[in-house]
Amino acid sequence: MPWDRNQMAARAAQELEDGMYVNLGIGIPTLVANYVGDKDITLQSENGMLGMGPFPFEGEEDPDLINAGKQTITELSRTSYFDSATSFAMIRGGKIAAAVLGAMEVDEEGDLANWMIPGVLVKGMGGAMDLVAGVGRVIVVMDHTNKHGKSKLLKKCTLPLTGKKVVDRIITNLGVLDVVEGGLKIIELAEGVTEDEIRAATEAKLVN
Amino acid sequence: MKKIYANATEALDGVLSDGMMIAAGGFGLCGIPELLLEAIKDSGAQDLTFASNNAGVDDFGIGILLQTKQVKKMISSYVGENAEFMRQYLAGELELEFNPQGTLAERMRAGGAGIPGFYTKTGVGTVIAEGKEHKDFNGETYIMEEGIFADLAIVKAWKADDTGNLIFRKTARNFNVPAATCGKICIAEVEEIVPRGSLDPDQIHLPGIYVHRIIQGEHEKRIEQRTTRKKEDA
Repeated sequence: MPWDRNQMAARAAQELEDGMYVNLGIGIPTLVANYVGDKDITLQSENGMLGMGPFPFEGEEDPDLINAGKQTITELSRTSYFDSATSFAMIRGGKIAAAVLGAMEVDEEGDLANWMIPGVLVKGMGGAMDLVAGVGRVIVVMDHTNKHGKSKLLKKCTLPLTGKKVVDRIITNLGVLDVVEGGLKIIELAEGVTEDEIRAATEAKLVN
Repeated sequence: MKKIYANATEALDGVLSDGMMIAAGGFGLCGIPELLLEAIKDSGAQDLTFASNNAGVDDFGIGILLQTKQVKKMISSYVGENAEFMRQYLAGELELEFNPQGTLAERMRAGGAGIPGFYTKTGVGTVIAEGKEHKDFNGETYIMEEGIFADLAIVKAWKADDTGNLIFRKTARNFNVPAATCGKICIAEVEEIVPRGSLDPDQIHLPGIYVHRIIQGEHEKRIEQRTTRKKEDA
């Protein structure tokens, strides 16, 4: 059985280590916060906050307190606020240990496309280009194939790039892969998924 | 010099002109100068360029100026959530310059700090880098981005004193600080103007040197994505 969204998020949470400052993207990456357990992780929200708390209780929403997905959130005892230039200074400056992001395509060189489908989706890159250029480690969480069964782990990205050679690790519904010299390397298989299955679903070159 | 004005229309008097570039604070609908945007709409100023992270929604924020076709160009990082924006952009009626969010913030900060250009890794190898100067430092490639020097900055803060010292609240600070610094003139709208001496000088987020005009007013502070959890889940 391939992993579901929550299992992928739980697997991504294992990548995070005690003491890390981490930025979580929108979608499945947001769920990672539910699985960090007792680890001392500080979540950054690039609109200007370190120490992001959970959603507020009904009736306690504060319009001045949102995350980068524009959702109402809460603060913690460790929280600090700052402006957008300072926020991206810490991202660009390499102070954020890791980012967990969604993707439309990743290729065997670690190129990432996750912001634009020409002619279909023109919303903008937001902070994604800054994050992949600046953070210590880029972990992508995505489905291995699209809804037509075509691989999203490609030899070469076809969509406009978010960053070149930026992805370190890919967590899909089928398993975990690293971007290494010469291609992608299978690190782990989801329970019940065979190596043949993951190979068949991967267009990118796999190396040992 | 008196910085306090009675309302947004008076604060904009003599500083607005057709074709000008305006840097606006805010992230999504959080911390946007909603009163000044409404007054700019009423002024009828045309062909405006906005440097602003987002473009509001159809009926709030910069969106209201898109409805009236007062905006010629947007410099933004993310413009989802705005159907009228998409329509005008796809019809070729509106220019759009996408900037990565951190690049946009730094362009404003740099402009305000008198820095006309800087190098960044963000966007190297993407469409953002096309046509820009590339330069290697310590074996890594960077691209040059230019500072933004806006004709006018409009921002929203929580509290001000009469000298223009500003304090923001929570994540509503966002782009308001860099936007304020990069304008030749900066107008701040606040929820409360407090007496001089009542703000702790150690806790000022933006010194009054950057702020030329101040208004106080009632803010709607609309929430874009209301997300909550149930008490029993806690």
